[in-house]
Amino acid sequence: MGEVIVVTSGKGGVGKTTTTANIGTALAKLNKKVVLIDTDIGLRNLDVVMGLENRIVYNLVDVVEGSCKVKQAMIRDKRYDTLFLLPAAQTKDKTSVTPDQMKKLSEELKQDFDYVIMDCPAGIEQGFKNAIAGAERAIVVTTPEVSAVRDADRIIGLLEANEIGKTQLVVNRIRPEMVKRGDMMSADDVVDILAVELLGVVPDDESIVIATNNGEPLAGDNSLSGQAYMNICRRILGESVPFLKLEERKGLFAAIASVFLR
Amino acid sequence: MKLTDIFKKKTSSQAAKDRLKLVLVSDRQSCSPELMERIKNDILEVLSKYAEVDQTGLDIKFTQMETEGADTDGKTVPALYANIPIRHMKHNIEG
Repeated sequence: MGEVIVVTSGKGGVGKTTTTANIGTALAKLNKKVVLIDTDIGLRNLDVVMGLENRIVYNLVDVVEGSCKVKQAMIRDKRYDTLFLLPAAQTKDKTSVTPDQMKKLSEELKQDFDYVIMDCPAGIEQGFKNAIAGAERAIVVTTPEVSAVRDADRIIGLLEANEIGKTQLVVNRIRPEMVKRGDMMSADDVVDILAVELLGVVPDDESIVIATNNGEPLAGDNSLSGQAYMNICRRILGESVPFLKLEERKGLFAAIASVFLR
Repeated sequence: MKLTDIFKKKTSSQAAKDRLKLVLVSDRQSCSPELMERIKNDILEVLSKYAEVDQTGLDIKFTQMETEGADTDGKTVPALYANIPIRHMKHNIEG
């Protein structure tokens, strides 16, 4: 019996889809059977991030409407044969699917898969409700910006209200040199404010842009972000993995002390 | 204010944290103004049995406060903050 995870954020553009694609890829790399579901009906994107946009025949709405079987709509990944994508419909809207239908679908899929991962749309409306309906665990993605953290706080409140068992945080696009000079909140700062368990810290990395250009998620490669995503997945599997050392912060006294201690 | 603050200009990340903490206090209130008004009126009704309340100086609101206690590690919880000035107690109701 698998686990249903929703990747959500509230604010758009913080990296939900990239995170979903990379977590899926890393889990498949660790030999797990994974299906990614794009619940952003009308604005689908997970297909292009995965590089599977040319293989879509059926979609999520076709499945819930019964126009096709789940197996017909699922697309196998190019590189990992235990990774599948269930794409969103592009010509429908969020009301084409109900939370009950999503719950039923996730119950069905978790019989066959180790992980069913929902890529949630931005916002807190119907699309959000659909995405969290069957979820047992939520991964909240945020960036170290005031607007994104504020929205993450709202989402965490809603996840609690909907009794999602476990909520964990991924702080995305950290720029260590900015954190170091005090011009960006650190992951610890964000965790401090949101009071939620930290699942991972992903640095702002040019490799991500390149990987998305090519439609090949980089999880598990040698880049810093690739390692960060792999660590996130090992933590999902229950391993205790230390966080990557992205920054070293120095207070005034520590800085002075380090001068004398040299 | 700490001594080090004099030499150190507030960083923009500190500004972000301070602003966030403030904005989240009001965001986290799950209480509508109407409900707040009802709670306020009910409190006043009970209180006015025993004391005369100065309605102009009245301040009742939901806020966040840090929990006290070794194990909770400064977690914030919602709290009802009430500042109710009392003109005088009503002494005629004894027993």
